[in-house]
Amino acid sequence: MTTDLSKDPKDPQDAPQEPQDTPQAAAAAVTAVDPRLLVRQEGFAGYWSEFRRKLRSGDLGSLPVVVGLIVIGLVFQLRDSAFLGAENLSNLFVTASGTGLIAVGIVFVLILGEIDLSVGSVSGLASATFAVLNVNHGMPEWLALVLAILSGTLVGALHGFFFARIGVPAFVVTLAGLLGWNGLMLQVLGANGTINLDDSGLVAGLTNHYFSDVAAAYGLATLSVVAFLLVSLRDSKRREAAGVPSRPVSEIVLRTAALAVPAYVVAWLFNEYKGLPLAVVIFLGVVVALDFVLRRTSYGRKVFALGGSVEAASRAGINVSAVRISVFALSGTMAALGGMFLASQINAANQSSGAGSLLMNAIAAAVIGGTSLFGGRGKTWSALLGVLVIQSIASGMALLGIASAVQYMITGAVLLAAVVIDSVSRRTQKTAGRA
Amino acid sequence: MSATPVLALRGISKRFGAVQALTDVELEIHAGEVVALVGDNGAGKSTLVKTIAGVGPADDGVIEWDGRPVTVDRPHAAQELGIATVYQDLALCDNLDVVGNLFLGREIVRAGVLDEVEMERRSRELLSTLSIRIPSVRIPIASLSGGQRQTVAIARSLLGEPKIVILDEPTAALGVEQTAQVLDLVERLRERGLGVILISHNMADVKAVADRVAVLRLGRNNGTFDVATTSQEEIISAITGATDNAVTRRKARTTAEGTK
Repeated sequence: MTTDLSKDPKDPQDAPQEPQDTPQAAAAAVTAVDPRLLVRQEGFAGYWSEFRRKLRSGDLGSLPVVVGLIVIGLVFQLRDSAFLGAENLSNLFVTASGTGLIAVGIVFVLILGEIDLSVGSVSGLASATFAVLNVNHGMPEWLALVLAILSGTLVGALHGFFFARIGVPAFVVTLAGLLGWNGLMLQVLGANGTINLDDSGLVAGLTNHYFSDVAAAYGLATLSVVAFLLVSLRDSKRREAAGVPSRPVSEIVLRTAALAVPAYVVAWLFNEYKGLPLAVVIFLGVVVALDFVLRRTSYGRKVFALGGSVEAASRAGINVSAVRISVFALSGTMAALGGMFLASQINAANQSSGAGSLLMNAIAAAVIGGTSLFGGRGKTWSALLGVLVIQSIASGMALLGIASAVQYMITGAVLLAAVVIDSVSRRTQKTAGRA
Repeated sequence: MSATPVLALRGISKRFGAVQALTDVELEIHAGEVVALVGDNGAGKSTLVKTIAGVGPADDGVIEWDGRPVTVDRPHAAQELGIATVYQDLALCDNLDVVGNLFLGREIVRAGVLDEVEMERRSRELLSTLSIRIPSVRIPIASLSGGQRQTVAIARSLLGEPKIVILDEPTAALGVEQTAQVLDLVERLRERGLGVILISHNMADVKAVADRVAVLRLGRNNGTFDVATTSQEEIISAITGATDNAVTRRKARTTAEGTK
């Protein structure tokens, strides 16, 4: 054995620690594991030393963005006490959900190590499609909504086809899409350029419906926390039964608490204003569902594998083209869904739908949240965290009455900082042998 | 040793345009036997391996599996027969952990969900039966040393329960200790009754683990030797072409002059 990853002369206690909680059945298997390494101490101390080891080796995870959110919150709160108020935060969450949904799709594309520049235009195209079908042609809202979202899927699949089958770089394909679909949207919208939506319809409800019953927000928080606890406990029990390392109960409790605190605080905030927003429920639902797909299904494993090594993935029998096309189709779908949320906010589809800084904000959100631009690393949760950062800055600036010129510069600086953190942590991970 | 070889190549020929890469190559591998395939650069080792692995089917000749002729025209066909190939550039994903790489493309799924627990248990079991020492099965491949990666790549090929494992230069670019680890693993494969084709440039490695050495020269068989009874020089002269090197040319010249 020549490599010793956690080599650290300063604290020898986290190295040669014998496993204490390993069942007898696993004794044979455990002998294959180098005892010098990664055998964690039980409980909180072990968790802490593992955490510090990760930090040192450059595996920062969501730490920078969480710290960033706290700093942003404090700075704006000191300038204007309305910032952390229930109304502002509730609106902030609702406004963030549209861009956030688009960013979730971007996360998938970034994990492949590619980029999708067309999401802004695709989101605009979807809202225009919906408006034309529903308002101009009188199609039922639900059908028009489904078709609008499917148009995003189709457009994404088309990008994927050109990238995966024809071999055109994704950057170029989606750049063509950025222009082309924006043009199509203008064409579809027709002469007057703005189509107003039914302000009490389904799409309007996406962002202006609130579950005003206090039980809704607390119920959702409770449900998430209990589900998290039960799933973790069951997983830990199964691992113990199979004789593989498992999380100690103390750690599960700690993690559950770490989830419960923000969950209940946010639920309380929502209830202080209008209640639990539908937009947030959908956004969180999508993030959780796609997180599950990414981490717990063989499809997600394939996406990560492609981000790691295309050659290895294809040798392992993975249909590279199919996965690539599906990821771009997913990105298009999420762009269309996000576009519906954005249309819902202004209750119209117009010529500026999907234009402006939307594309950059969506990509920045994914990256700021901790998804690597270099592929192979990322979580759907980074879309949530990243979009909160971007939206907090926008919201705080608006509260303070700072011009959008300054706002762009600050968001740009935050994005640069995020990419710098990504690059540096990647380099540190490489030298620590963990990239 | 069984009488019928698990895998036998009969009269394999392959052309690339104007180049005759392989001409009537014969090779037999029995169960529980390590056959080293050696030869100079361009001798046709990789081409031969590709015909067996189904990557580049032969133009002529027969591949026999357990005595029956088979067609291996796709990588998948080779895998289904029980031929696993570990290429020189390890086909591993740096960002996935050891478990993820071992089961890549054949994940264990329970009710549509990855069964991480079962995969981790089976990974540990597999690695421990092969006495492969990896710090943890849950660290990314990028954290491992070259030798450890090679052993993971070889272990990965065993998950499909193959009968023949082809190792393409498994010890190239490895240090002394890491090479030893990989050679140990090759011996363990033999103990498990697998047939191993070991492609190597390193005569010390070949002498250490191989039972037989098959030499290719310029796309043709140039002798098969029993490692125990053959000296390294004999093998090397078969590789370089004993009748065609500086020493033999001088010898030929001097003897020719002597008889004058």
